[in-house]
Amino acid sequence: MTENRDITIETAEAAQERAAATPAGEDKSRPTSPVCGHKCKFITRNVNVFYGEKQAIFDVSLDIPDRSVMALIGPSGCGKSTYLRCLNRMNDLIDICRVEGTFLLDGEDIYSGDIDPVLLRARVGMVFQKPNPFPKSIYENVAYGPRIHGLARDKTELDEIVETSLRKAALWDEVKDRLDAPGTGLSGGQQQRLCIARAIATRPEVILMDEPASALDPIATARIEELIDELKENYCIVIVTHSMQQAARVSDRTAFFHLGRLIEEGPTEQIFTAPREKQTQDYITGRYG
Amino acid sequence: MTDRTHNRAHEARDRAEKQGASEGGAAGPNGRIDWHSPQMLARLRRRHAANRRMKFIGLAAIVLAAGLLSILVGSLLKSGLPAFRQTFITLEFDLKPELVKPQNMRRGNWRKIVKEGLLRALPEDMRKNRKLRRKVLKIVSRSAPYALRDHVMENPHLVGRIIPFDVLASDPYDQFNKGLIPEYIVRGERKRPNPKLGGPEVVRAFRVLKEQKRVHLPFNWGLFFNADSRLPEAAGLAGAIVGSFLTLLVTFLISFPTGILAAIYLEEFAPKNRFTDFVEININNLAAVPSVVFGLLGLSLFIGFFGVPRSTPLVGGMVLSLMTLPTIIIATRAALKAVPPSLREAALGVGASHHQMVFHHVLPVAMPGILTGAIIGMAQALGETAPLLLVGMNAFIPDISNMGLTEPATALPTQIYSWADSPERGFVSRTAAAILVLLGFLLAMNALAIWLRQRYSTKW
Repeated sequence: MTENRDITIETAEAAQERAAATPAGEDKSRPTSPVCGHKCKFITRNVNVFYGEKQAIFDVSLDIPDRSVMALIGPSGCGKSTYLRCLNRMNDLIDICRVEGTFLLDGEDIYSGDIDPVLLRARVGMVFQKPNPFPKSIYENVAYGPRIHGLARDKTELDEIVETSLRKAALWDEVKDRLDAPGTGLSGGQQQRLCIARAIATRPEVILMDEPASALDPIATARIEELIDELKENYCIVIVTHSMQQAARVSDRTAFFHLGRLIEEGPTEQIFTAPREKQTQDYITGRYG
Repeated sequence: MTDRTHNRAHEARDRAEKQGASEGGAAGPNGRIDWHSPQMLARLRRRHAANRRMKFIGLAAIVLAAGLLSILVGSLLKSGLPAFRQTFITLEFDLKPELVKPQNMRRGNWRKIVKEGLLRALPEDMRKNRKLRRKVLKIVSRSAPYALRDHVMENPHLVGRIIPFDVLASDPYDQFNKGLIPEYIVRGERKRPNPKLGGPEVVRAFRVLKEQKRVHLPFNWGLFFNADSRLPEAAGLAGAIVGSFLTLLVTFLISFPTGILAAIYLEEFAPKNRFTDFVEININNLAAVPSVVFGLLGLSLFIGFFGVPRSTPLVGGMVLSLMTLPTIIIATRAALKAVPPSLREAALGVGASHHQMVFHHVLPVAMPGILTGAIIGMAQALGETAPLLLVGMNAFIPDISNMGLTEPATALPTQIYSWADSPERGFVSRTAAAILVLLGFLLAMNALAIWLRQRYSTKW
């Protein structure tokens, strides 16, 4: 445990107290990240996750700054995806999964019952490993989220949301003439960008990406990475990736997980050039993983 | 000695040495595997032989199954096809008012009008033959006078005229015309006229009618549009088809919504605990319960306890829906299970509630599978006989004009059962024909299921 980390936790705990005192959601309740100077979007403390008897995550505490990209790296089965899925309560779907610890989104505890998971998932969008558009039209794919949450008053507004989302996902020019075509008919990379557009459409604050490029070819991957770079201007992005090059390319901060524990977290540059822990060093130099 | 032969000789010697040394082990002395050792080759041969054996046995099983099926269909076609055509005789009938009794046609002497119509067509000498006059009506169906009466009652202006009209041939003459029964029965030395045909003079008269081209053998629409009758030549499946339709309608209305909702609840919403496990096991067991048991249940519960009118499509449909319900539930659950989890995650990921995920995304994708299961369940119900017999759905329905959900009815399989029990020769081919019709309906339903699955299944 290093100095730096202790400081981070102290700041976060102070922030938690402040969050309890002031109404949730106000900007001043959000602590400033000590490293990059951005506000912290997520504060998670002492996270333990169990699948039945088996513990998958051990006592992880991690802060995720806003308007930046946080990469979670680590060998297979290290718990990085499990951690990611805690952030929008996707793990609730698994009967045997039990989550312990504190998750504060803008100071609000997302597991407390104050936030309904259905609304949480609109605020914390998710992009999955395999592109999974709905087997409906491209338009429907994007319009579905805003429609069920009642974000558009009429058809024009919905059309607008669809167009903006597709533009932000850098897909508009490719599909504007065939919005009625099935989303499943697009290429893999386009499908994944459609999924990103779908996630953007509900105007989320956070976008979780679970290995978004692992099923794509290098060109499609490059486009997704460019997109992530653009999106971080407005969103807090958490990305799980197997590719360390990708983590190095797209992320501002990187967290290294191993065997369910958070080994090290810090600015990406520092993690890749001067890791403090030997395990991190071994992993990024390809000793195991 | 060239290099090559030298090498070969070397190899052979090596192999022999290895065999002696390692007693046929796969690895040679220096740890390398000898892929060409006799043991290896023998093993390979055995493996290929097992392959070929399996292929042959599988193919034989298919040939056997196809053979048995073609024997079944072949024998059905052989005995059933003649019933798809029916012998009619065109005769002129003199509708004399004194016989028709225009005031009350039901009391008219239609038998006599038909008899005279027959005799008119015959030559002078036959017409005078007393023996023939007595038996000439054997040629036409006993339903012929009624058919003529109904025709005239619908068209009263015909009274007093001489009209041509097609009447049904009697069953023996229908069979005789199709060549299914012989004119003479030969037993050892003795050869005697077939008693069913009424004697040689009647057969001669029939031949005369045939020579006059009055005897036709058109497609037997009556098989589909006539109600049941004691006379095989007039009996048709209309009552059974309508009865089966009404029964299946009840079955569908009960079991389709119930089954789908039960399956959705169990698959998507129910907590996984001992109670739901228990329910699941019981549903699977219900699918294996013999249908006759459901019939008994329907008899004692629906008819005996709830007082649902017996013999009706209502109670028949209720009993069959008990039988179809597990099939639909199991098929629906399988279809729901087959929906990829990525789709569920996608829906929940944009903030759909559980209910929205199921009804907006999972159900549409699962629908072709659900419909397929439902149709196959319906097809099963269509072919079911035993439970319908137990609730009395083998009523004799000579008139289909007042069929309804709460009127006594019969269904296709029970109609087949009744016809198979009838002694008249004509019912043998009618039974086979009815089976073919039933098989046709089943085939159509299964084809529909396949088409639905192909047409509407989601392409990923």
